[in-house]
Amino acid sequence: MPTLAKTGNEAMAEAMRQINPDVVAAYPITPATEIVMIFSQFVADGLVDTEYVAVESEHSAMSACVGAAAAGCRVMTGTSSQGLQLMSEILPIASALRLPIVMCDVNRALSGPINIHCDHSDTMAVRDFGWLQIFSENAQEAYDNVLQMMRISENKEIQLPGMVTTDGFIISHCMERVETIDDAAAKQYVGAYQPLKSVLDLDNPITLGSLDLQDYYFEHKMPIVEAMQKAKNVILEVGRDFGQKFGREYGLVETYKLDDAEIAMVALGSTCGTARVIIDELRAQGVKVGLLKIRVFRPFPAEAIVAALKNVQAAAIMDRSDMYSDQGGQVFCEIRSALYDADKKPLLANYVYGLGGREICLEDIRRICADTQANAAAGKVKQLIQHYGVRE
Amino acid sequence: MAQIVEIRWHGRGGQGAKTAALLLADAALSLGKYIQAFPEYGPERMGAPVQAFNRLSDEPILVHCGITNPQIVAVLDQTLMASVDVAHGLPDSGQLIVNTSKTPQAIRQELGLKGAHIFTVDASAIAQDKIGRDIPNTPLLGALVKVTGLFDITMLLHDTEVKLKKKFASKPEIIKGNLEAIKTAYDTVQGKGKE
Repeated sequence: MPTLAKTGNEAMAEAMRQINPDVVAAYPITPATEIVMIFSQFVADGLVDTEYVAVESEHSAMSACVGAAAAGCRVMTGTSSQGLQLMSEILPIASALRLPIVMCDVNRALSGPINIHCDHSDTMAVRDFGWLQIFSENAQEAYDNVLQMMRISENKEIQLPGMVTTDGFIISHCMERVETIDDAAAKQYVGAYQPLKSVLDLDNPITLGSLDLQDYYFEHKMPIVEAMQKAKNVILEVGRDFGQKFGREYGLVETYKLDDAEIAMVALGSTCGTARVIIDELRAQGVKVGLLKIRVFRPFPAEAIVAALKNVQAAAIMDRSDMYSDQGGQVFCEIRSALYDADKKPLLANYVYGLGGREICLEDIRRICADTQANAAAGKVKQLIQHYGVRE
Repeated sequence: MAQIVEIRWHGRGGQGAKTAALLLADAALSLGKYIQAFPEYGPERMGAPVQAFNRLSDEPILVHCGITNPQIVAVLDQTLMASVDVAHGLPDSGQLIVNTSKTPQAIRQELGLKGAHIFTVDASAIAQDKIGRDIPNTPLLGALVKVTGLFDITMLLHDTEVKLKKKFASKPEIIKGNLEAIKTAYDTVQGKGKE
């Protein structure tokens, strides 16, 4: 297994090269541009057999992806922020048609004002479109997750599109040590694509994307509901298998020093790494603190989260996006909802942080952990929702 | 917590601050170290002040926030010092390496800096002489390896050769020039830290 120095974007492009999809259709956007730029070089250099479709917008990119996937091709793309929003019209069509398209999505703030830096607003805004969503903590996970997502999406029981995300610039542009898998092993892991359907298969004609009104539309949405339910087990199986083959096992969530923890931080993406450093520091001082990292956001691993937090007295839920609903961020709302029926549940406080790339430093994590300790000691939450780090 | 060495590079857009950070990280990786190399996030403009950063460690690096207190600062362009506080956050035990023909004492006076160890190397002159262009990043790498003792110079030379061979396969003279520039800077960097 070669050890390489790769940025998050390079790591994702490398996984795409090894997957060697039939079609990639994409339009460049900061900070995801490099992914498809590097991949288009692979195409130009003849390192992959992919048909690269250079389109004039992300709406066209996703439309081309849907067309190619409907024809039975293995399809990938990459985008970010406004690009992802421009795809919005087509995203739910990809899931409704059960097309296992895999997207490399770099988390970036939404305009306006215009901002190219990391937050999770773009990815959270498309969370209800029937796409699987996996967040990556670092470049290594970005690489591993892209390979796994191909397997998860294409699973016969699932057949849903999926997006693997990294945090814009923080991971997309940070060069780190990445253990890659040999080409042959990676290809074998992902396997050859055997589409369940193709509009070009004249012997087995099918209809895709037809008008579907009161009569059957509802029934035709149910397979997405069921596939999302089944996806939890498939993600676990794929993550376990990946661990057995390559030594890095993945689940729906990851816990760090959480078993005996009295307080916890819950986060997604790159912030988890920074949190681990402070958890180690506080543990050395005798503070019983742990981390719950949510790796998979769609499907939402409610059962795993309830189980992981059952013995925790107080938790800080970190949201790198706001819903502007006066109810905190998306992660907070979903976790709060998941805990409603739980017998044992922690006090929760929501920290909406880091919008537009506002830094989250070690000192910030330290301060939020101290808040959480105070909440646990008081037996009540001092402030339910706060927009952390905003200047007065 | 694992011991992490943090480095900040100052340059102007186009001078190769980011490339220097990437080359250093790559060389450290060859030695089995864990690495991070990242540019100052944002739009890049030719000639504008830019920064790049490194973290190097024997253990996995988990932290993903900016670097505010580097132990080592490398300055690719001395004219930056008039407008950028290059010693910001540098501890008294830190090391500041500047591309200049001046002495460490002169730089100390110019910056009005009391703490930190200052080193100078005429990386631009070396680059002009050996590479034929004012690309001071690779010679500065040589100076940095000398004063920090982070790793062996032969390792840096070998790794840079491998890396440049991929990029400049058709221009072997560029590879030779860069390697000579690294070695010359390694040999001529001034300062013992307590001038």
